[in-house]
Amino acid sequence: MSSSLADEKAATRQVPDRLRNPLQRFLASWELLLLGVAVAVFVLNSFASPYFLDPWNLSDATFNFTEKALIAFAMALLIISGEIDLSVASIIALASTAMGFAVQLGAETPLLIMIGLGVGLLCGAFNGALVTGLGLPSIVVTIGTMSLFRGISYIVLGDQAYTGYPSDFAFFGQGYVWWVISFEFLLFAVMAILFAILLHKTNFGRAVYVVGNNPVGALISGIRVPRVKFALFLLTGLMSGVAAICLTSRLGATRPSIAFGWELEVVTMVVLGGVNILGGSGTIPGVVIAAFVMGMVTFGFGLLNVPGIVMSIFIGLLLIGVIALPRLAGRLLAARRG
Amino acid sequence: MLANTQGIENVHPPVTQDQKPVLSLQGISKSFPGVKALSEVSLELYPGEVTALVGENGAGKSTIVKVLTGIYQPEEGEIAISGVPVTFPTAQDAGKAGVTAIHQETVLFDELSVAENIFIGHAPKTRFGLIDKKEMRQRARDLLDRIGASIDPSVLLKELGIANKHLVAIARALSIDARIVIMDEPTASLSHKEIEETYELVERLKAEGKAILFISHKFDEIFRIADRYTVFRDGQMVGAGKIRDVSEPDLVRLMVGRSVDQVFPDRKPNRGPEVLRVVGYSHPTEFEDIGFSLRKGEILGFYGLVGAGRSEFMQALFGITRPSKGAIRIDNEIAVIRSPSEAIRHGIVYVPEDRGKQGAIKGLPIFQNVSLPSLKNTSKNGFLRLAEEFRLTRDYTQRLDLRAAALDQDIGELSGGNQQKVIIAKWLATQPRVIILDEPTKGIDIGSKAAVHEFMAELAAQGLAVVMVSSEIPEVLGMSDRVIVMREGRIAAEFEGDDLTPERLVRAAAGISEVAQ
Repeated sequence: MSSSLADEKAATRQVPDRLRNPLQRFLASWELLLLGVAVAVFVLNSFASPYFLDPWNLSDATFNFTEKALIAFAMALLIISGEIDLSVASIIALASTAMGFAVQLGAETPLLIMIGLGVGLLCGAFNGALVTGLGLPSIVVTIGTMSLFRGISYIVLGDQAYTGYPSDFAFFGQGYVWWVISFEFLLFAVMAILFAILLHKTNFGRAVYVVGNNPVGALISGIRVPRVKFALFLLTGLMSGVAAICLTSRLGATRPSIAFGWELEVVTMVVLGGVNILGGSGTIPGVVIAAFVMGMVTFGFGLLNVPGIVMSIFIGLLLIGVIALPRLAGRLLAARRG
Repeated sequence: MLANTQGIENVHPPVTQDQKPVLSLQGISKSFPGVKALSEVSLELYPGEVTALVGENGAGKSTIVKVLTGIYQPEEGEIAISGVPVTFPTAQDAGKAGVTAIHQETVLFDELSVAENIFIGHAPKTRFGLIDKKEMRQRARDLLDRIGASIDPSVLLKELGIANKHLVAIARALSIDARIVIMDEPTASLSHKEIEETYELVERLKAEGKAILFISHKFDEIFRIADRYTVFRDGQMVGAGKIRDVSEPDLVRLMVGRSVDQVFPDRKPNRGPEVLRVVGYSHPTEFEDIGFSLRKGEILGFYGLVGAGRSEFMQALFGITRPSKGAIRIDNEIAVIRSPSEAIRHGIVYVPEDRGKQGAIKGLPIFQNVSLPSLKNTSKNGFLRLAEEFRLTRDYTQRLDLRAAALDQDIGELSGGNQQKVIIAKWLATQPRVIILDEPTKGIDIGSKAAVHEFMAELAAQGLAVVMVSSEIPEVLGMSDRVIVMREGRIAAEFEGDDLTPERLVRAAAGISEVAQ
């Protein structure tokens, strides 16, 4: 090759590692905006009711989001990878029904935990096998299993309810670890950290992003795409099982309508947290803040005696709003550029 | 100009100095975050003339096309049509002003008829407001005749080949009575015969007085069909004039800003022991009985026509698809490759032809693209170590002279040539024994091309075995120690040393026997 090219090479300019430092990134992030919303809701709530700032009251407020958030963490990873699981609420119903059934046969708490987690894993494996094994679209598969799993609960329970859970089982949904810190809230905090590490600090987490951005490119780069997706369905099922244990423990009873409609709230939480519904991007801190926002909004509505149906309308609008927002913002920016 | 001697002068007056441009751009600037894509560029197009726009990837060619078609709004500068200043706030405005662009991937509809494709959005209507199918077919036929295309306007688009689809796109451009036609690498994926037809078409459009902006990386065609040239480099206009006043080396020098002799790197064959042996690889539909041996330090070229099964075979070798029969030996030991991850573990890596869809993980930063197959080495106990990833990326991208704003920039923001450098860097970081390059320099600029070629030679010299699929004869001849020619899924011939001539390659690929000549 000509020497001039070699000279150019010798004089190669160094490409810097980063364009913007982490602080600059944070200042331009969705998470910061969301944090602002969280603070605003918090302030509004404290004006709406004089009791809101009471520590025990705040502690109660966390139950509005902890169980859903446990599922949302796993769901965030699944959505980033380009899949979705709409059967999570039905997995709770099935897992709770299985636990209730076991209680009738005299099962003790350790066995109940294993059953709850086991049913969650099995349901996740079923979804994952259909999606990765047969190559079916997850949105269709999990709409199907959403009906299937809850349908089984209805057949087993009819209009009955299972009660009579052992008294030590109540700890998971009603127990406190220290002062106002409930077991559920501690679990939420620990899981938030574990999932953040999993997604942001491990090779597996990196693979999740790669698969979500370009599944074909991921395969060619040596990532075992089906294995990653299957693992994520398992994880989502497992976390639904965990949520089933907490919720069942908190309610002390199982009805087939348990956690009805939660899949929508979980997905809304994930998308509000800045996860791209089409896959490829999103963070766990975003989902954590979104959990607080949704929990406090729900609680604030409760303080103001807003009826449940309005709550449902609000969740629907919120979901559409956060999906539409980036697109609207993009248009505004484009218009300003032009 | 050869072309101007063929009676076209009768239709249109010859080029004169006082001719007014139909379109002129003055002082156009356009920036994106961190990059000045265009900096006060100017461009003039003349009626009945072809202006070739040349420049390396990333020089600003596509940006100017987007400015001309109303997709981007320039921050500064003026666009004038026939001397009247205009703006194109939307793509429709550009269309109304008579500007049309024919891209590689012009959006056409497979399930609609040719006529419907041509008139979509502006179909002739009956007095009841319904589409007048008869009128539409007739006008489509007229348009197709005008460009010399013998296509039935009532067949579905999906039944046409790629070249004919192109003609439909051109007919569609003409149907809105464009005065300015932009052709963005129109011959990039066409066969020899189809390319000739495209040239004839350009001549017809010229004869009709259209002003044509012709973007191409191929110098032979620029000198064949263009009347004028404009050269962009790093977002600036660095030269313009009449083609007859410029030589090929001059044009290349303007383009790259340095003299690049288009000679391939000088290599001394340095073949070591056999590293890969493929025996009887077959696939039910794509290829049959492929076998060869590859040695350390060797560059083995695979030549053939499009559709000869070369890429399909390479994908099977890399484990993306599975062969129905056949075996592989690596370092004389039987290896089974059922997935890319197994291929990578055996030291075989693959740079795919479709850079955008298969090679680059767009949406992720450069350093994550590079470290992807090497995560096992950069991480510890499954935990990422970003510092290691950056170090690895710096090491390998520097050797390839990557041009980027930062290593955490989205790979999707890079030019094609630089994306390719990132993809090659990512594979080299795995320290492979065999690297398969599928059309490694397709659609990338001369500067990047030379960098890739030089790097390939360097790799071979260091003992890497290189398999290169290429449809460019100069590249195959210039780089390979040995060439396997594939035809219709089988190995048609193998050439080495003095046997390696362009004529032999072309004959073997086309299935013309030596004796018959």
